[in-house]
Amino acid sequence: MDTNLALLLLLSPFVGFLFNIFFGKKVSKGISGAIGTLTVVVSFLLSICFFAQLNQNGKPFEISLFDWIQVSNFKLDFGILLDQLSLLWLLFVTGIGSLIHLYSISYMHDDENMHKFFAYLNLFVFFMITLVVGNNLLVMFIGWEGVGLCSYLLIGFWYKNQPYNDAAKKAFIMNRIGDLGFLIGMFIIAALFSTLNYAEIKSAVASGDANSALLGLAALCLFIGACGKSAQLPLYTWLPDAMAGPTPVSALIHAATMVTAGIFMVTRMNFLFDLTPDVQNIIAIVGAITALVAASIGLLQNDIKKVLAYSTVSQLGLMFLALGLGAYTVAVFHVITHAFFKACLFLGSGSVIHGLHGEQDMRKMGGLRKAMPITFWTMMISTLAIAGIFPFAGFWSKDEILMVAFGHNKALWIVASIASIMTAFYMFRLMYLTFFREFRGTEEQKHHLHESPKLITIPLVILAVLAVIGGAINLPGSMWLNHFLEPVLVAKHEAHHLGTQEFILMGIALVGAIIGIVWANAKYIKQGFVPKEDAEIVGFSKTIYNKYYVDEFYTFLIVKPLNGLSNFFRTTLEPALGKVVYGFGTVANGIGSQGKKLQNGNIGLYLFVFVIGICAIITYLFIAQ
Amino acid sequence: MDVTTLLILLLIGAVATLVSGDKLASKVALLFSLVAFGLSINLLLQFNQGTDIGFVSNWIANPKVALALKADGLSMAMVLLTTALTPLIILSSFGNSFNNSKNFYALVLFMAFAMVGTFLAADGLLYYIFWELALIPIYFIALIWGNGDVEERKKAVVKFFIYTLAGSLFMLVGFAYLYSKAGSFLLEDLYKLELSNQEQFWIFFAFFLAYAIKIPIIPFHTWQAKVYQKAPTVGTMLLSGIMLKMGLYSVIRWQLPIAPDAAKEYMPILIGLSIAGVIYGSIVALRQKDLKKLLAYSSLAHVGLIAAGCYTLTADGLNGAVYQMIAHGFVIVGLFFAAEVIFRRFETRKIDELGGIRSQASGFTSMFMILVLASVALPGTYNFVGEFTVLYSLSQVNIWFAVIGGTTIILGAYYMLKMFQNVMLGETNTKVFKDVNVSEAIVFVVIIGFLLFFGLYPKPINDLVNPAIKEILAVINR
Repeated sequence: MDTNLALLLLLSPFVGFLFNIFFGKKVSKGISGAIGTLTVVVSFLLSICFFAQLNQNGKPFEISLFDWIQVSNFKLDFGILLDQLSLLWLLFVTGIGSLIHLYSISYMHDDENMHKFFAYLNLFVFFMITLVVGNNLLVMFIGWEGVGLCSYLLIGFWYKNQPYNDAAKKAFIMNRIGDLGFLIGMFIIAALFSTLNYAEIKSAVASGDANSALLGLAALCLFIGACGKSAQLPLYTWLPDAMAGPTPVSALIHAATMVTAGIFMVTRMNFLFDLTPDVQNIIAIVGAITALVAASIGLLQNDIKKVLAYSTVSQLGLMFLALGLGAYTVAVFHVITHAFFKACLFLGSGSVIHGLHGEQDMRKMGGLRKAMPITFWTMMISTLAIAGIFPFAGFWSKDEILMVAFGHNKALWIVASIASIMTAFYMFRLMYLTFFREFRGTEEQKHHLHESPKLITIPLVILAVLAVIGGAINLPGSMWLNHFLEPVLVAKHEAHHLGTQEFILMGIALVGAIIGIVWANAKYIKQGFVPKEDAEIVGFSKTIYNKYYVDEFYTFLIVKPLNGLSNFFRTTLEPALGKVVYGFGTVANGIGSQGKKLQNGNIGLYLFVFVIGICAIITYLFIAQ
Repeated sequence: MDVTTLLILLLIGAVATLVSGDKLASKVALLFSLVAFGLSINLLLQFNQGTDIGFVSNWIANPKVALALKADGLSMAMVLLTTALTPLIILSSFGNSFNNSKNFYALVLFMAFAMVGTFLAADGLLYYIFWELALIPIYFIALIWGNGDVEERKKAVVKFFIYTLAGSLFMLVGFAYLYSKAGSFLLEDLYKLELSNQEQFWIFFAFFLAYAIKIPIIPFHTWQAKVYQKAPTVGTMLLSGIMLKMGLYSVIRWQLPIAPDAAKEYMPILIGLSIAGVIYGSIVALRQKDLKKLLAYSSLAHVGLIAAGCYTLTADGLNGAVYQMIAHGFVIVGLFFAAEVIFRRFETRKIDELGGIRSQASGFTSMFMILVLASVALPGTYNFVGEFTVLYSLSQVNIWFAVIGGTTIILGAYYMLKMFQNVMLGETNTKVFKDVNVSEAIVFVVIIGFLLFFGLYPKPINDLVNPAIKEILAVINR
C-alpha cells in the first residue's frame, strides 16, 4: 500500500503535466489550472501522511522500483527513500508548490498558453520530487537535470522575446557546468565504493579506508554541482537573468525550491563532507563571499525582481556558509524559513507587477501601500522576517547561522553580519520605493491601481503567516528540527544553550538589522531619494549597478574566445584540413588522368578499382600458396 | 530460420521496388522494410531462446572464403538498429517526391542489405565485400538525388568516395596479410592468430584508416559535413544513423580483437584523438549557419565520444559505446528529419532565415525539443544511459578524459539550444508553418518513444549486448 502511495506522491504532478500538455488546450483555463494545482495538492497531502507515519514509528520508507543503469562494478535501481530529510523537503516543496499553483491560476489567466505554464510547473514539481526522494545519487541527478530543464522552459516561457530565451539558455548552460562537476563527483564515488546508493556510500565512507585525497576531490566536484544549481560564485550569474520568467516561477523555482537543491545535496552527503574539512572550508568561504557580493549588488538594483534575485543568491550564500561549518540543520532551517518569506516576497512583487500591468522598475512605483494593503502588509512581514527582526522566522534561522559563524571564525561572522545589514537595507529600500511616498508611474496606471484578486492574496497571507511563525520549528530550547534530522546526520550539531554570549550575539544581529532599516529609512523616506536614471549613475555605484561587470568578464574570457575559435575552425582550419587530406587521397589514387577521372565522379571506375582490388588480392593469395 | 532469410528478403525487396514502378516504389519499400524489421524481431526472439541463427557455408575453395554469417548480441543489436531505422527513414521521405523513385527506394533497401551483411559477416573477405557494397547505393543516392549546385555536390560526394575507397584498400591489404598468416578469412581463425607487436601495429593502422574515415575521427572527417549537407535527407539519415556505426562496430568486432596489443599500446593516443573530435566538433558546430551542417558537426562530436569509449578496452566503454551508437542512431535520424520538415515548409536550412516557428506549430516544437534534449543526453533519455556509461568508463581510465570528454554536456547544450532558439523561437515567422502531418508525426513519435522507454528501462539492451562484449573482451585480453 505504501508503495502505491509513494508512487502516487511522485507521479501525481506528472499526471497533471500529461493532462495539461495533451488536453490543456481543449479544456477551459480554470480546469487546466485546477488540475495542475490539485495534482500538487495530492502530493502535499501524501507527504503529510508519510511525515506523520515517520513521526510515529521513526522508520524511513524505502523501496526499489526497477533496475536502471548497470555498469561493470555496480548496478543502480530506481529507488525511493522517504526519510526525515526527503520528507522535510517534500513538505515545503509541495506545500509552497500548491500555493504558487493556486496563485498562478489568477496570475497567468490572461496568457494564451496558460495550460503549458501549468504543464511545465507540474513537470517541475515532479522532477523536484524525484530529486528529493531518490535513494541514490543518480536518481537525484535525473531530478537535478529535470528541474534544470523546467527552469529553462519556464524562464523562456514568453518565447517570442529573444532576450528571455537568452536568459533561459544561459541558465541551462551554467547549470550544466555544475552538472559536469556533479557527474565527475559521482564517477569518483562510484570508482571508490562501487555504488551510488546513499546508505551504501555512507557505510563505505564510515569504514574509513578510502583515499582521502580522492574523497576530497569527489566532495569538491559535488560542490561545483551545487554551485551551479544553487547559484553560488562563480556560477551565480544565471539566477538574476532567470527573472525573465513569469513571477510565480521566480517564487517557486528560483527562490523557494530548485535553488535549494544544492543545499539538499550537500546535506544528503553530509557524511562525505564531514570527512573533507578542506572542502568544507571552501564551501564556507564561497558561501560567505557570495552572500556579501550578491547583497552588495542588491543595494543598487532598481528592478524589483532583480533585488529579490540577488537577495536569494545572498541568502543561499549564508546557507552554504552554514553547510561549510558543518551546521547542516542550521542551513536546512534557513532553507525552510527562507522558502516561506522569499516565496511571499516574490509573489507579492508579482502582485505589484500585476497591478501595474507589467512594470518592474521601482523608480516608477511608490505609494502603493494604500491601493494594495494586503500585498503591502504581507510583504512587510516577510521583509521583517528576511531582515532578521525578532520574532519573525528569519530572525531565528539567520541568527543561528551568525552564531555558528561566530563560533568558528570571526572573519566569517563579520562578513555574514555585513551581508545581513545590507539585506535589511536593500529590503527596506525595496519596500520604501514601492509602497511609500508618492506614486511615480503614469496617470493611466494610477487610475487603475487595485489590490489583486483573492487567488493571489490568499497564498500571500498564508505565506506571511508562515514567515511569522516559521521559526517555531527550531526555537532555541525546543530545537525540534535538530532532533528530527538527527538520524540522517553523522556529526551531531550541538544545540545552542542560551547563555550570555548568545544573547549578546542576538542583540548585535538585531541592532545590525535595525541599522540597515534606519539607513534605508533616512535615505528613501526622510530624504525622499529616488534612484537616478541609468545614464546618471557614476563611479563605484556604476560598477555595482552593473553587477561588477561579471557577465561582461565571462563574455570576454569565455564566450568570445570560444566563438572566435569556432569561427577560425570553421572558416580556416576546416578547409585547410580538407585540402591536406584530399591531397593525400589524390596522390594515393594515382596522379594524372586516373585521379582526374575519379574526381569527375566516374562510378564505373570506382567499381573497377573495387573489383580489381579484390581480384588482385585473391590472385596474390592464390599464388602465394 | 537463420539470418540469410533477412538478407534475401532485403534483396528481394530491392528488386521488387525496382520493378514496382515509380508510383508504388515508396510503399513497396516501406512494406519490405517493415517485414524485414518484423523478421529481425523474430530472429531476436530465436536468438534469445538460444537457437543458432548463424549461417556458414563454403564459397570459394581457394583462397578459402566462406559465406560465414554470425549472430551474437552485438550483431543483433546493430542489425535491429538497421532494420528499425530503415522503415522510419523510408516513411520520413513520404513528404518528398523523387524522380525515378523506384531506383531511389531500391537503392535504400539495397543499402540496408549491405549494412546488415556487414554487421553479420564473420569472414573477412565477405565482410569487406559487404562493407564496400554499402558504399555504392549511398554514392548514387547522394549524387543523383542530392540538393544544391550539381558541380559542388559532385565534388563533395566524390571526395567522400575517394576517402573511403582509399581507407578501405588499406584494410583489404591488411586482410590479405592476415590471410597469408592464418590461411583463412574466418573471424574465429583471425582471433586465434599470434601476431607480433610489429605486425599488430601495421594491421591496426591499416584498419584504423578505413574506420577513422568512416566513423569519422578527426582529422579524417573533412568529407562529412558537406556530404551530409548535399545528400538528400534520406541519404544523410542512412549515413549518420547507420553507416557510420559500421566503422564503430568494426572497431569492436575486427580491429580490437585482432590487434589487441597495438590497441593497448596506443590507447591514450586513440582516446585523446577521439576526445579531441568531441571538442572540435562541438566548437565548430557553435557557429554553423546551415542546420544540416550543424547537425553533422554535432554528430562528429558524438561519435568521437563513442570511439573514445571503444578504445578504453573496458567492458563499460564497449557496452556504453554500443548503447550510444543505438541512441545516437535514433536521435540523429530524428534531428535530420526535423531539419527536413522545416525545409519542406520554408525551403531553407539557413539558421539566420529561420525562427518564429514555435508559435505556429506547437506539436512539431515539442517533438523537436525532446530530440534536442535527447541529443544533449538529458537523464531519462537513452542517450543519457549511453553517455553516462561511456564517460564513466573514461573516468576509470583517467579522470581527465572524463572531464574533457564531459565538456560535451556543456558545449552540446550550448550549440543545440542556440540552434533551437534561432530556428524555433522568437517572433512569429511571416511565412506560414504547418504543423506536422500524420506520417511525419509517426516518425517522431516512434523515435521519441524508443529513446524515452529505453532511457528509463535500458535492461533489455544491456542483456542483449553485454554477453557479446564480454566474449570480445575475453579475446582482446587473451
